[in-house]
Amino acid sequence: MTAVSAPPDAVQAATSFGTGTRRRRPRLPFSPWHLLLAPMALLFAVPLIWLAVSSVMSNAEINRFPPSLWPSRPNLGGYRYVLGNAMFPRWFANSLLVSLVTVSANLVLGTLGGYAFARMRFAGSRPLLGLMLATMAIPFQLTMIPTFLVMKRLGLIDGLGALIVPSLVTPFSVFLLRQFFLSLPRELEEAAWIDGCSRLRVLWRIVLPLSRPALSTVAVLTFLSTWNDLTWPLIAINHDTQYTLQLGLTTFQGQHHTQWAAVMAGNVITVLPVLLAFLGAQKAFIQSITSTGVKG
Amino acid sequence: MSRVPTPITVSRPPDNRRALRRRRAGEAATAWTFVFPAVLIILGLGVVPIVWSLLLSFQADDLVTPSRWVGLDNYRALAEDPHFSQALRNTVLYTALYVPASMVVGLLLALALHRRIRFVGLYRTLFFVPFVVSATAQGVLFSFILDPEFGAANAVLHHLGIPSQGFLTDPSQALPVLVAVSLWSGTGFCLVIYLAAVQDVPASLIEAARLDGADRLRILRHITLPALRPVTVFLLLWQTIQSLQAFDLVYVTTKGGPLGSTTVIVYFIWEQAFKNATAGYGAASAYVLAVALGLIGLILQLVRRRLKGAAV
Repeated sequence: MTAVSAPPDAVQAATSFGTGTRRRRPRLPFSPWHLLLAPMALLFAVPLIWLAVSSVMSNAEINRFPPSLWPSRPNLGGYRYVLGNAMFPRWFANSLLVSLVTVSANLVLGTLGGYAFARMRFAGSRPLLGLMLATMAIPFQLTMIPTFLVMKRLGLIDGLGALIVPSLVTPFSVFLLRQFFLSLPRELEEAAWIDGCSRLRVLWRIVLPLSRPALSTVAVLTFLSTWNDLTWPLIAINHDTQYTLQLGLTTFQGQHHTQWAAVMAGNVITVLPVLLAFLGAQKAFIQSITSTGVKG
Repeated sequence: MSRVPTPITVSRPPDNRRALRRRRAGEAATAWTFVFPAVLIILGLGVVPIVWSLLLSFQADDLVTPSRWVGLDNYRALAEDPHFSQALRNTVLYTALYVPASMVVGLLLALALHRRIRFVGLYRTLFFVPFVVSATAQGVLFSFILDPEFGAANAVLHHLGIPSQGFLTDPSQALPVLVAVSLWSGTGFCLVIYLAAVQDVPASLIEAARLDGADRLRILRHITLPALRPVTVFLLLWQTIQSLQAFDLVYVTTKGGPLGSTTVIVYFIWEQAFKNATAGYGAASAYVLAVALGLIGLILQLVRRRLKGAAV
């Protein structure tokens, strides 16, 4: 904000410092790119703002035509309804449990598997790794019908177990951690190993403390995909006590078509955990996303 | 990385190496305990279902009673099913609109954000936030915004004096509207990937071109864009796979309607297998999708390899 009043030379010096640009500054007190970026950013922000605003509107205000675009005064009726009459607290707990177990399991099993593939020699490791990589390329839609049948035989369908077991460890977690372990220097581990440390101890004391970036990538991406999934819960769950938030939200919307304020309150509850996690650990999120893409 | 013995340190390393080898030989059992859970789950719920799916696609199965072998009947029926070809058409149209749009807008925003302007962090956050919102929450939110009667979109149009639109309830608008909704959450991903890649373009290269008298447009055309080619191929592959697999958003907003205008292929598969209880038929259509995805992946891998070859 203060740079607006700064002398043009200073602005030029400041902006050209890094890139060494020599272009003439336009007459605008700000970069012309803002003319593109600001309206676009607004367009991206408006739906979420509207989500928050409409969740505190009364149904009367929403059901008017044309609907009002701002609440006369905040009305918490939607939240009260969702928390009191619907099963949102239960669904929230289900989602949280499934996500926590899935993320922890992926960290533990992905680390163990990834480490064995990266550092240990055992018969069949090459073909196994190849097979695992191949399954990464298989779309879920191809396997979802037999996965349903497997889960049914195991007696897990219509319970949280059906949501947890298929994603306890993904080939992605194993592979990502393996690649990361390969990039670490071997010498430290070997010294400790020769001194008689067990592999598990080496892993715990030496490798894991160095592996925070890879572990947080696995945690972030596993959490996002588990918390946000709808397809599999929709297939695997029937009874509403076992719903996850995503499944509960869409069912709730179907049943309360005219109570938009309550639906939006439920929606806020569904979105808020990921949103808070993202805002709290934005760097880790964005690094996780880019690490999958740029190096891919 | 094979370890070459170094002649400089003579005293201890041979011992170490022997000790290492001895310990290595005995650790296959440990290694297997480490990988066993991962292998069990990934093979059991990855490889087995692939084969099972193929077998299912030759059977008539309602997921409850024992199935019956029908050979290629499912595939033959698919070829003649107008709903399947409609689903294919819808999926191709959705992909053809969504993938280029998300990439072009993402690239444009990345180039704009790369200009070291103010509020870069704020902009990046705003563009990226929708990506972490689930397709379900997004679908519920946009069904509300685009509701023909009570939605904010029509309220805004009303204020502007434009007649109300049907949006997702209008067969001729539903699919493009769905693409626009997906762009809201999908563009941020392209932006973030492109931004990281733009920042990786060596500054020395750009500086050299500038000293040679190249203007900004030429630098963009001859240095930045070629440097972004591998990332572009990755995004093309990734976004295409994502959009061919679109399901959640469709399920939440339109359930494939109105008049089947938004029935995409995965919705079709789900409907066949879990709603109409024709799992064999669903499995056959899933195999068609998988083969299509495989082909696209293969082609883009080849392109990528050629690009890498050209870069060296």
